[in-house]
Amino acid sequence: MGRKPFAITLDPNSSLANHTGNWRTMKPIYVDRLPPCNHACPAGENIQAWLYQAEEGASEEAWRRLVEDNPMPAIHGRVCYHPCESACSRGQLDEAVSIRAVERFLGDLAIKEGWRVLCAPSTGKKVLIVGAGPSGLSAAYHLTRMGHTVTIYEAADKVGGMMRYGIPSYRLPREIVDAEVGRLEAMDVMIRLNTRVEDLEATIKEEGVHATFLAVGAHLARRIEIPGYDAKRLLDAATFLQSMAGASPIKLGRRVAVYGGGNTAIDVARTAERLGAEPVIIYRRDETHAPAFKEELAEARDEGVRFQWLRSIAKADDAKLTLEVMELDQQGRPKPTGRFETIEADTLVLALGQKADTAFLRNLSGIRVLDDGTIEVDGHMMTGHPGLFAGGDMVPGEQSVSMATGHGKQAARHIDAYLRGTEYVKPPSHPLATFDRLNPWYYTDAEQSKPPTLVLARRRESFEEMVGGLDADTALLEARRCLSCGNCFECDNCYAVCPDNAVIKLGPGSRFAINYDYCKGCGLCAEECPCGAIDMVREMK
Amino acid sequence: MSTQRVKFYQTGTYTAGNRLLDETARTVQSRMDRTNSLNSGHRACQGCGEALGARYAIDAAMRASHNRLIAINATGCLEVFSSPYPESSWQIPWMHSLFGNAPAVASGVAAALRAKRRDDVKVVAQGGDGATVDIGFGCLSGMFERNDNVLYLCYDNEAYMNTGIQRSGSTPPFARTNTTQAVGDTPGNPSGTGKNLPRIAMAHGIPYVATASVADLHDLEAKVATATAMQGARYIHIHVPCPLGWGSDPAHTVKVARMAVESGLFPLFEAQSGNIVGRMLIRHKVPVERYLELQTRFRHLFDPRRNEDAIAAIQSIADENITTYGLLG
Repeated sequence: MGRKPFAITLDPNSSLANHTGNWRTMKPIYVDRLPPCNHACPAGENIQAWLYQAEEGASEEAWRRLVEDNPMPAIHGRVCYHPCESACSRGQLDEAVSIRAVERFLGDLAIKEGWRVLCAPSTGKKVLIVGAGPSGLSAAYHLTRMGHTVTIYEAADKVGGMMRYGIPSYRLPREIVDAEVGRLEAMDVMIRLNTRVEDLEATIKEEGVHATFLAVGAHLARRIEIPGYDAKRLLDAATFLQSMAGASPIKLGRRVAVYGGGNTAIDVARTAERLGAEPVIIYRRDETHAPAFKEELAEARDEGVRFQWLRSIAKADDAKLTLEVMELDQQGRPKPTGRFETIEADTLVLALGQKADTAFLRNLSGIRVLDDGTIEVDGHMMTGHPGLFAGGDMVPGEQSVSMATGHGKQAARHIDAYLRGTEYVKPPSHPLATFDRLNPWYYTDAEQSKPPTLVLARRRESFEEMVGGLDADTALLEARRCLSCGNCFECDNCYAVCPDNAVIKLGPGSRFAINYDYCKGCGLCAEECPCGAIDMVREMK
Repeated sequence: MSTQRVKFYQTGTYTAGNRLLDETARTVQSRMDRTNSLNSGHRACQGCGEALGARYAIDAAMRASHNRLIAINATGCLEVFSSPYPESSWQIPWMHSLFGNAPAVASGVAAALRAKRRDDVKVVAQGGDGATVDIGFGCLSGMFERNDNVLYLCYDNEAYMNTGIQRSGSTPPFARTNTTQAVGDTPGNPSGTGKNLPRIAMAHGIPYVATASVADLHDLEAKVATATAMQGARYIHIHVPCPLGWGSDPAHTVKVARMAVESGLFPLFEAQSGNIVGRMLIRHKVPVERYLELQTRFRHLFDPRRNEDAIAAIQSIADENITTYGLLG
């Protein structure tokens, strides 16, 4: 500078020379958290990630992200009991995001568009899978994508397991099963139908496989003795539901009693209703203790299914059932009261649960069958017999299509590691994105989009699919109801609310960074982050 | 209203940006090319509402004026923390003169531009509530009365914060300041005093008057853009919480401002030629306690015992605003 004005001794300067970052005692850091939906998903889907794609209308990308974890979205979009939606933070604001409806939309669109998945080059390793239900098919899909050669043995004449032979068609139309399973079949998986494995050791030798995954499901009905009952009138749920999938469904009488309080009991009763019968569900405990999903209970009641809660069947005499009134003790266990009543029933269907038929495993060493008939597996889904893995309904845990599909994925990872002589270690999960970390003020009020449902009169008399799908516009709006709990969705709030311009916007898809030279640590960015993706942490000395 | 709410886009227009929102519906503050008129390195306290409000407003005015803007600054926190000798945080033509004469200096700049036939350049004057409602009030009223071509922005933090939290004509009833201590029979600022400058500005019949808050960025930017595009005297009164003077958590600056809006204590409206032409509806109405409890300047209303009369009096101010401006639709 040349001559300065009077009393001016310093050159003009920008305040950028003043690094206000040294005022800070706390500093903001960007974090990623585990969204509650992902956390709750039995199939291990990264729901928030595929919703993120779906929010932009990028349906194919969303579907591709989705099938990285779950090969059957059209099926799950119909039959999954959506624990994700029960966990969804939006449920505490207005209504949960209808994740299942969006999943179904993507699944159906993939079927319509004929989207296919790509596989890795062959590893030369062979895997045997016993059972082509959700678990076996899921494992086959993931193993094939990893480049392994898979052979499936299936006792039935078609693949699908419970998805074909258990779930009623008003919930899951068979053409959907055919379409999604067909996509798996097209992946060069060898499937031997009508082939029951009698001697596993011999089959393993014959096929020359390096690992085996057992997923035979649970098909043996649990029975109880009912004194005086005519065996001709007695049925079990699995047999009945399975007959519905074939050419000659079992004929029921007019008055149908269903014994049990689980989802299978509901399926039987609602199927009976559609066949023109008058079903009544008998259960030893009350409605709140019934294991069936509440949504299913409500739908069954709407359709005219009646319930006899707190009743056990004591004896039967021709078409009369004697029920004993029960009461619940402190622990919620049913206790007999000694009071009896009778009802008329032409048919009694037992829906008391199913066990796996594990007789074919008898000769193998190391297999441990638990009291309830399930097979014990370790944290890697391997049985006590090296190289022999198991999953789905035949291992302990919740019995559902989604759980079985999740088992298939997990088993595939462990089998893949086993084949490569390593161990699969699950990467550590982020801590949970809890509701209290959100700043819900920023989210627009928007009610859940409801898919169309069949009118009640039609539901009661046909096996037409009960719930319809969302159209593309509605699916887009529904996806956009996602709060993106715990993970930045680039709303620009942190960038805007910093009084010190200390948040740097890195551009679309690249999120943000903090300029710690100027960040004073006020915490406004963390406070005003809608989704809780910023933590304030103590500054180190 | 200048702002149109967009629904069903996850966060709609409540957050600054959002990739799902059309570019034109995002705020200036969400843009990578925003001017950052008030740059980093300024010496405002942590979580300063005034620093935030000033950047929001001036960046919006810069964009609306195609970066042809001259800012006149009254004395006050904003001037002091942004321009300690020899540094400046301002990335725009910026001038400071005295505490009380910013409107007059701005009138002069506008007159000079007119003389030079520079109708492409816009003039803003800005000051805190002390400079605006008290010390510079005469100059401001004159600027309004002559309808000089100036947009005046008042950042209202409801007391003289720079000099040590003394009461101003904008300090709300019952608030503790260092000149209205929370002692005696009527602790805090006496009620029934002070000035409502937006109403006074409206009484001048000037082309445009609006209130805005750092809690509603879309609304604030829309009002500044509207005002910048207009001719004549325009006035925007912006509510800017002061963590130091209000005794609020620096992280709560936007939250405090939001509670003021949602309770009805700070109504958001705009007026043209003395008539109210729009108001921003309250989204989720809250009782005034939600606002008061975030600030230690109102702690004496709750501790050691609740002062029901005072809280009821403040609630009745909010209720009256809700009725007067139709804030619940």
